[in-house]
Amino acid sequence: MASTAAPPGAVGKSPPRPDGPAKVTGATRYVDDLALPGMWHGATVRCPYPAARLLRLDPAPALAADPEVVVLTARDLPGPNVIQLIADDWPVLAAERVNHACEPVALVAAPTRARALAAAARVVVEAEELPAVLTLDEALRGDPRAGGQQPLVLAACTVERGDVEAGLAGADLIIEGSYETGHQEHIYIETHGAIGIWHGEEAGLEVIGSLQCPYYVHKALVRLFGLPPERVRVRQAPTGGGFGGKEDFPNVICAHAALLSRRCGRPVKIVYDRHEDIIATTKRHPSRVRHRTGVRRDGTLVAQDIEVLLDGGAYVTLSPVVLSRAVLHAGGPYRCPNVRIRGRVLATNTPPNGAFRGFGAPQTQFAAERHMDRIARALGLDPLAIRERNAYRPGDVTPTGQRLDASTNALECLRAAAERTRFRERWRAIERERARGRPDDGQPWQGIGLALVWHGSGFTGDGERRLGARAGVRLLPGGRLEVLAASTDFGQGTSAVFCQLVADAAGVPLEQVQVHEPDTAAVPDSGPTVASRTVMIVGGVLQRAAAQLRARLLAFAAERAGLKAERLRLVGGQVLDPQDRVVASFAELADAYLAAGGEASWIAQHQPPPEIRFDEKTYQGTAYPAYGWCCDVVEVRVDPDTLAVRPERVTIAADVGRAIHPVLCAGQLEGGTLQALAWGYLEEIKLERGRYLNDRLQTYIIPTVLDTPDMETILIENPTPASPSGAKGVGELPMDCGAPAIVAAIENATGIAVHALPASPERLLEARRAGQVVQPQHAGA
Amino acid sequence: MSRAFRPRSLQEAVALLGDPELGAVPVAGCTDLMVLDHAMRRSHRAVVDLLGLAELRGIRWAEGGGSAGGPVVEIGAASTFSAIRADPLVRMHLPILAEAAATIGAWQIQNRATIGGNLANASPAADSAPVLLALDAELVLVGPAGERVVPYRSFHLGYRKTLLAPGELIARIRVPVPVPGTRQRFHKVGTRQAQAISKVVLAMCCRREPDGLLRGVRFGVGSVAPVPRRLRGAEQACEGRPAGAATAERAAAAAAAEVHPIDDVRSTAAYRREVLARLVRRMVLELAADAG
Repeated sequence: MASTAAPPGAVGKSPPRPDGPAKVTGATRYVDDLALPGMWHGATVRCPYPAARLLRLDPAPALAADPEVVVLTARDLPGPNVIQLIADDWPVLAAERVNHACEPVALVAAPTRARALAAAARVVVEAEELPAVLTLDEALRGDPRAGGQQPLVLAACTVERGDVEAGLAGADLIIEGSYETGHQEHIYIETHGAIGIWHGEEAGLEVIGSLQCPYYVHKALVRLFGLPPERVRVRQAPTGGGFGGKEDFPNVICAHAALLSRRCGRPVKIVYDRHEDIIATTKRHPSRVRHRTGVRRDGTLVAQDIEVLLDGGAYVTLSPVVLSRAVLHAGGPYRCPNVRIRGRVLATNTPPNGAFRGFGAPQTQFAAERHMDRIARALGLDPLAIRERNAYRPGDVTPTGQRLDASTNALECLRAAAERTRFRERWRAIERERARGRPDDGQPWQGIGLALVWHGSGFTGDGERRLGARAGVRLLPGGRLEVLAASTDFGQGTSAVFCQLVADAAGVPLEQVQVHEPDTAAVPDSGPTVASRTVMIVGGVLQRAAAQLRARLLAFAAERAGLKAERLRLVGGQVLDPQDRVVASFAELADAYLAAGGEASWIAQHQPPPEIRFDEKTYQGTAYPAYGWCCDVVEVRVDPDTLAVRPERVTIAADVGRAIHPVLCAGQLEGGTLQALAWGYLEEIKLERGRYLNDRLQTYIIPTVLDTPDMETILIENPTPASPSGAKGVGELPMDCGAPAIVAAIENATGIAVHALPASPERLLEARRAGQVVQPQHAGA
Repeated sequence: MSRAFRPRSLQEAVALLGDPELGAVPVAGCTDLMVLDHAMRRSHRAVVDLLGLAELRGIRWAEGGGSAGGPVVEIGAASTFSAIRADPLVRMHLPILAEAAATIGAWQIQNRATIGGNLANASPAADSAPVLLALDAELVLVGPAGERVVPYRSFHLGYRKTLLAPGELIARIRVPVPVPGTRQRFHKVGTRQAQAISKVVLAMCCRREPDGLLRGVRFGVGSVAPVPRRLRGAEQACEGRPAGAATAERAAAAAAAEVHPIDDVRSTAAYRREVLARLVRRMVLELAADAG
């Protein structure tokens, strides 16, 4: 056997996920399953008005009915009344002013959940309702919180390149359009929940929660309780889904549970039921995006003028970062020499909006993709032709001045999906059929549509540099390795992928690697589990730490064997000499190393290359270290009488850099695509007086398996130089693509052009009656 | 603290429900009741479980069982939708009832939910209701004053109001067996492909006479009015007319004109009216197509 023959590693295979058996057998214990000795249950008192002045909170009726319960208001906080995120405007409990419906004003704890809920219902909330701003239009007319004459702007930013006005002036044609999207609820299977455990001033505070970002919660609790960081411990319980919804809001519910625990002197658990989870937690930002685009007759983009408005809800939450990503993706994956993208987040008196898979990019790319279809129709081009002409190639420059590297595969994705589905031929055939006219006989209409998107992996701009993610590996007896990272697995399969990356980098079998529970008392801050950054950024840090471990152990082995370290190799859990003879097993070596008192943990830190810089003031530079690319072709069937839409088949071609675990990677793409399709045609939140009407699973409609189309995933692997494994982010990429693709397919099937999501049957009917109908395109072959 | 009773006979159940001191409510599958209890945070002083009562179960053929004298399929009110969708008599003679039963909730719901509960709950969106209207069913009610038979079409008095007297129960549903050659159609427009509540639900029953004319046309519709109701205007537009495009258009226009749907969390009034008209039209056109 040649000594160069690489043994098969774990990366690129799809081993079973370590958390699988316990989840399948029901052994996994989520927050709701945990019962601690003496634990009480918490409930939240909410004010029903969208805007109000709080006059009086009276716990007396609750205490009279059940003297044992504990009621807590903003007056009882140990520190600032602030949910720590970006701005300091989000109160832990509203104190004087209420800014959205269902805002928490008091907390209740009782020995049982039923008693806590009953007591919460008895706390009297007296408030004087104030004028409220409930929509983007009302916000534009003026917000009382900003003096009444102007909107309350929660965040703003602009990207500019070239000269937009000159570009528009020189264009053959200027095409304008306005596009809107609505709220979306995450519907993670497990609702929000947390247990606060107050151990006393000396021993401090412990919180166990269903969450994505242990160190975000840690920072928030340190501030609220005024404790030194080492006296606050945050642990992630097994978490049943997040989709971004457990990035920001756990700061709230964990603070609430912790406050009650401190007050009661015992553990207190709060778990929301589905109804409370929907009415009270963050949603995807609704958006309105205006495009004014200059094109040449051949379809070449010459100028893009884009205005992005997001509805932030009552408080800032993460809106500035959401807006940043929204704006940076707003042009779509297309080269254009003159670009101006201006974005603002406006406040309304609705529950605060926050992180949701895609983080602003799905909203602006829905607009960009629908606008590309509009441009194509105006020029007599098909959807494929306009995109082929303008899609980014390697070496192209983005609006921030970033030159795209070799891992730029917009065209490859577009062509792979189009060829697999014979897109052009079928799209044109349906257009011709519509032109000829179809019998009105109830036979379903077929349609096919596509969308092309990009998604930046990792934090926007200099975020990764500022954070400096730290993660590592610990050597355990028997040669086992433990991954130390605060990155959480809430269903994506992070633990499986971390084990694969570490096993290969350390040179040990996969079975030897396990992941430590995310616990701020035990693992370094590898940053939040968001922004499609975990595999690419944290995975890279872990690979470096594992390589350091491997080098140190080989040096130790060489010392013992009297050989030079560089002559030894660690392969598949065996230390081999140059003749491939086994010098020691990794397990023996590790035990000897540990017995000799060697350092057992290797922690590495992320260091972006110095040439990667982003200027947050000018919005110029490297916006993201890498971009994923994705094209969806969606095929639908539409009932001509009911306008009910059935997505029948989706072909997803995605460039993910490198698929570490192809099954999980495809799973992310398929799950994200379904969530995106549903946002496109099914999921909707209607509001009345600032309150969500679709506030339970009976009325908030998510797809069932019968609504799920057949899916084919084509993985295009073109490793990025930005991460050691070559992997780019995949978690959010599919969320950008499904909605514009299904709306395009509906347009092909029906001729109805929908510019606002969701493209529900009701909205299709309304659009048709309003004359939003496109002429069939029947020129060409 | 609530009390729960499991009576051994229908007579005992009626006695329990007729006792004003007890203030008991009848329950069967509880699939609507428990959802509402939770949403409204309400509880009941007492419940009487009807699910185990033999008198309320079973699906059977009864010659001359209906007021009109013909044979009926008699369905115990506590029959679950799983039982109904699987029943050979229902599948052979009342296929649209089997079809409707199969669209109600999830399988777990169909295993518990009963047809009597569906009617007594009196939701305007109940999927079995339009079918029973189209099939011109009768209800056998049992109460403290004894038994009475009422046509189902007169059962709903207003939004979630029925003619059930205090303490009175639906015991059985009698569905006249349609004469051979009767066409039956069902179409549910839900919020999604499964586990959906109706935006519009429509059932139709009619005969096509040898002369090609339509007779005995009945449309039942749900979710377009405060109660499940017949479409008398659309029925008249079809009655005695040939199946075909002209009749279809006239029936569709009549249907659109005679309902008063609302905007709500599931749909819009405009959509419901339009889609109802389109479905009426489609059903009548299909009658013509059936004839080849």
